[in-house]
Amino acid sequence: MNPFNYHKPSTLAEAVALHRDAEDPAYLSGGHTLLPTMTQRLAAPSDLIDLEGLAELTGIAAEDGTLSIGAFTRHAEAAASAEVAGTLPALAELAEGIGDAQVRNRGTIGGSLANSDPAADYPAAVLALNAVIHTDRRQIAADDYFRGLFETALEEGEIITRIDFAIPSRAAYEKFPNPASRYATAGVMVADFNGTVRVGVTGAGPCGCRAHAFEAALSAHLDPAALDAAELPAIDFNSDLHASAEYRAHLVRVLAQRATARLVAAP
Amino acid sequence: MNLTLTVNGVEHSLDVPANTLLTDLLRTQLRLTGTHVGCDTSQCGACTVHLDGRSVKACTVLAAQAGGRTVTTIEGIGSPDDLHPMQAAFRDCHALQCGFCTPGMILRAIELVEDGGALDNRTVREGLEGNICRCTGYHNIVKAVLAASDTMQEQSQ
Ligand SMILES: Cc1cc2nc3c(=O)[nH]c(=O)nc-3n(C[C@H](O)[C@H](O)[C@H](O)COP(=O)(O)OP(=O)(O)OC[C@H]3O[C@@H](n4cnc5c(N)ncnc54)[C@H](O)[C@@H]3O)c2cc1C
Ligand code: FES
Ligand code: FES
Repeated sequence: MNPFNYHKPSTLAEAVALHRDAEDPAYLSGGHTLLPTMTQRLAAPSDLIDLEGLAELTGIAAEDGTLSIGAFTRHAEAAASAEVAGTLPALAELAEGIGDAQVRNRGTIGGSLANSDPAADYPAAVLALNAVIHTDRRQIAADDYFRGLFETALEEGEIITRIDFAIPSRAAYEKFPNPASRYATAGVMVADFNGTVRVGVTGAGPCGCRAHAFEAALSAHLDPAALDAAELPAIDFNSDLHASAEYRAHLVRVLAQRATARLVAAP
Repeated sequence: MNLTLTVNGVEHSLDVPANTLLTDLLRTQLRLTGTHVGCDTSQCGACTVHLDGRSVKACTVLAAQAGGRTVTTIEGIGSPDDLHPMQAAFRDCHALQCGFCTPGMILRAIELVEDGGALDNRTVREGLEGNICRCTGYHNIVKAVLAASDTMQEQSQ
């Protein structure tokens, strides 16, 4: 790994200022994407700004139909949180399905969303649960956030502070994990907001997206069969050694149907 | 940079370059070579140690991130005369062949048992998802973890 300067700011403002003044800086959250990239010398930032310990990025709270999760929340903390389990069990299950135990003990929700890996799990939830991404300078709606492969609406130096999820009447997440890494070959979250259904898809295309035709079909008739002929999202489906584009397209429909079946069966 | 951390109960103050990984600090500076490096990219779990009691892949943690914290490695959980129940179970169940994955397996398995969830063949396999073994086929590892889980529960009663 190339040398770098390590900083551990104690306030959000200090972190942003360090980023502004450094030559080629990067924020460090759980490090489970950034550090392997650096050990492989695919990235060589001049300065690492550690976000651990920033009070503005911690905490989980459920209030007034919103579940708010601090950006530094590790996947294991989200999976074990009583607030998450009580209001959004589907999100707790999603967090528990990320990678492996050691990855969940380090990786954070903010890091995952800033990175926007096409196969990451959280994007499906952010889109299905109409989340609002709070940063040091503004709020970004889920529908405006994901822009392309590893590309988001975040500006240079912008820090995600927390994510506010709308709490649905019920939701279910189904993923087809890559057998080696557990990343989502494809993953679908279906969320029912009193009859209005949102469907978030990950793993399938360059970044997370909604399946609008699935949403219309399920809002009209909340039944897996309603998706038999519904149109797939109009995206470039990924094709790689794990799955062809055709197979991923097939998975998106099947996973949406499985999630719908679970959601309907839930008490 | 200056760093103070506790490793296996001993406090160390060290001056290390900022780009030092926790694996390098343990293996090179402290000569604790029981923590193995298989892949160096967070895939294999051979480097698993406990950081403040939670299992982490030390190849993907900066030494700086362990500053002020407590690290436990395979050297810290038992000794040849007084094996940890998990180590004893791995020996008794023939849960290792080359032994390269074993330190990481054992540290993750201890956390899995201490987390207190109900363990069976399936949950142990899921719990060890992040640890790869190229020799054993996992079967005896699962047996060992289940056996150690019984011993550890008896001892804590
Ligand atoms: C073996 C393995 C398996 C995995 N499996 C899965 C899986 O199944 N599903 C899944 O979803 N993910 C998986 N991951 C990824 C894991 O969840 C990562 O932890 C996550 O993608 C990145 O989060 P992090 O906190 O580690 O971020 P870091 O690696 O610290 O940072 C990632 C990027 O985001 C930036 N950043 C971090 N925090 C912020 C912030 N608050 N504001 C702005 N920018 C920020 C950093 O500068 C960096 O560019 C896996 C990782 C590994 C190593
Ligand atoms: S060496 Fe750390 S996971 Fe392989
Ligand atoms: S015993 Fe050889 S890798 Fe597990």
